[in-house]
Amino acid sequence: MAQEHNHIISTIVENKPGVLYTVSNLFRCRGFNIDNISVGPAEDIGLARMTIMVKGDDRTIEQVVKQLNKLIDVIKVTRLDPDHIVTRELALIKVNALNTKARSDIINYADIFRARVVDVSSESLMMELTGASDKIDAFIGLMKPFGVREVARTGITALSRGAKSVKIDE
Amino acid sequence: MVRMTGAKALIESLKREKVETIFGISGGALLPIHDVLFDSEIRHILARHEQGAAHAADGYARASGRAGVCMATSGPGATNLVTGLANAYLDSSPVIALTGQVNTYSANTSYMIGRDAFQEADIIGITTPITKYNCQVKSAAEIPGAVRTTFHIATTGRPGPAVIDLPKNIQTEKAEMEFSGNVQIRGYKPNTEPHPIQVKRAVALLLKAERPMILAGGGVNLSNASPELFQLAEFLMTPVATTFMGKSCFPENHPLSMGNIGMHGTRLANKMILEADVLLAVGTRFQDRSTGTLDDFCPDAKIIHIDIDAAEIGKNVDVEVPIVADAKVTVRLIHQQLVDKMKKREDTPWVKRVKEVKEKFLSEMNLGKGDLTSPKLLRELRKLLPENAIIATEVGQNQMWAALHFQTIKPRTFISSGGLGTMGFGFPASIGAKVACPSCPVVDIAGDGSFRMTEQELGTSVTEDIPVIVVVLNNSMLGMVAQWQRLFYKGRYAAVKLGSVPDFAKLAQAYGAEGVRIGSLSEFSEAMKKALKTEVTTVIDIPISPEDDVFPMVPPGKGLKDTVAGM
Repeated sequence: MAQEHNHIISTIVENKPGVLYTVSNLFRCRGFNIDNISVGPAEDIGLARMTIMVKGDDRTIEQVVKQLNKLIDVIKVTRLDPDHIVTRELALIKVNALNTKARSDIINYADIFRARVVDVSSESLMMELTGASDKIDAFIGLMKPFGVREVARTGITALSRGAKSVKIDE
Repeated sequence: MVRMTGAKALIESLKREKVETIFGISGGALLPIHDVLFDSEIRHILARHEQGAAHAADGYARASGRAGVCMATSGPGATNLVTGLANAYLDSSPVIALTGQVNTYSANTSYMIGRDAFQEADIIGITTPITKYNCQVKSAAEIPGAVRTTFHIATTGRPGPAVIDLPKNIQTEKAEMEFSGNVQIRGYKPNTEPHPIQVKRAVALLLKAERPMILAGGGVNLSNASPELFQLAEFLMTPVATTFMGKSCFPENHPLSMGNIGMHGTRLANKMILEADVLLAVGTRFQDRSTGTLDDFCPDAKIIHIDIDAAEIGKNVDVEVPIVADAKVTVRLIHQQLVDKMKKREDTPWVKRVKEVKEKFLSEMNLGKGDLTSPKLLRELRKLLPENAIIATEVGQNQMWAALHFQTIKPRTFISSGGLGTMGFGFPASIGAKVACPSCPVVDIAGDGSFRMTEQELGTSVTEDIPVIVVVLNNSMLGMVAQWQRLFYKGRYAAVKLGSVPDFAKLAQAYGAEGVRIGSLSEFSEAMKKALKTEVTTVIDIPISPEDDVFPMVPPGKGLKDTVAGM
């Protein structure tokens, strides 16, 4: 078995109903695994960018790229070079803050991680944190002793560094 | 700009795509379209089941090289097309399905998409994994563009099936229609021209090759590359093997022809591919039924792989020279460059060896015990038919016997379900092929099991006056499954005995077709000669032994080197 790694694939797709289904269905049909996926409008009107993290060996990833390219609504597919990208993920984390001590400890940790407090109640704090996924994992780990009530994560999104860009006209 | 209803715009668009025939069945959600079609010169052939309509459109497409069109109403009509579309998808056939759909909007009723309305099915969701493209039209004005786009996508690049879903209210809605204009699709630009450097590398490999071999796949038929392939093979004196889907792309009565490779390929092709030093593979996806175990597939050969679909390159086998382009263009270019660099090759030691092995295997060929065996019958059939006759097959033993023993000579004269292996495909496909090529005799090589699955299309062939000949190799069994049970399951015949019903001759007669049961090879000849002159469909029922096996065979999980000649 060839070695499996995480790969990030950036695709530009037609921003229209059904395109997420078409793409995710391809992964299911061909037995590829999406680790996570994030979708949003791209720089031009009518286009969306899907950032897909997929696990597999090189042959599998090559097939993923080629099969994605075959979809009519997929306009451009690029495998991002892990050494030359910026990846980010956003998380909202709701934590128990039942007393003053807990509250100030949590805010201290939040400062270190540059997380922002976005909602406060008498029993809880909600924080917003952006960064690489392992940073978010670490922060959530630190919050566990206080009691993590809810976590919502966007999944990673990524762009390549420098002036080079994944656009439809190259 | 012209103002008209969506239904009228659809028929006008189809005319502009030069559609002459639609195979289909009507229904509630298609009434506006059928009302327009009623006055149109486009012929609607009323099938007896939507699966038959889809296969007929597929047979039409394969015989003609143009898009085949089928149509079905919403819900069950559309879902009955699904097997036909999956079949066309795996064999890269340009079948276009038009489906009725419930309304996008309905004042004061819930006959609407998303409300679980009467005969509503999400055909876009259902067909996404088995079509090259599909779309649901959301307003009447979109129809001309949707038709142009769909036909363009289905018939160019690697062809494939497509669906246009047409909600009923859109069919009656009026709009200003724009019928001209180019098709511009940002995400679809198939590459037909080969990369010059890869062509050079291919030429260099072929020049040096001592034991070259061509493996021609379905892509050669699809891109009409047979003349170019023929010239290249003769110039280089290169033996040609075909994959199952490639059958008929190279004349099998030619000395360089080796027949099919694969699980039920010829002993010759399966043996010689192991000795080849360069394999020129054209339009093939190296499917498991062709290659056997991958480690043992042409172990000594450097592979040049031409395919229009980039995803096929390196998917199953590693290749030395990848060429993503049209087969016809590329083979012609390779031939031209070789002509500049060398003289036409005459007999080489390799070609002599291939001929010797071919003769040896021919002399050892076992056509079965007795007078009336499938191999003998198919060889006899070849003598009775002109070169342009089209053969369709069902799936199973009948199909593999036809591939092994019926010599094809002209391209697109062998129509069979290779990828999906759809029992019941052959008969409706033969009806479609006959519509495409009315002057060619069309024969469906059937097994009794497969024919039972779509035999109701006898009604279509008789009432629509589309005469074909059905040859039923009748062993009252699901023969291929029974063969595997004999070989690998100790002869335990689970769920394969069909019994000797119906009487196929009487069944044909009940539909107003000719039906005859024969008992010898000479009776078969007589029946065929008569059928070729008859203006109605003829079913020839032929009892064969339920114990007959198809050989040669590569046992499942084995390589081409393990080809078993017979028992």
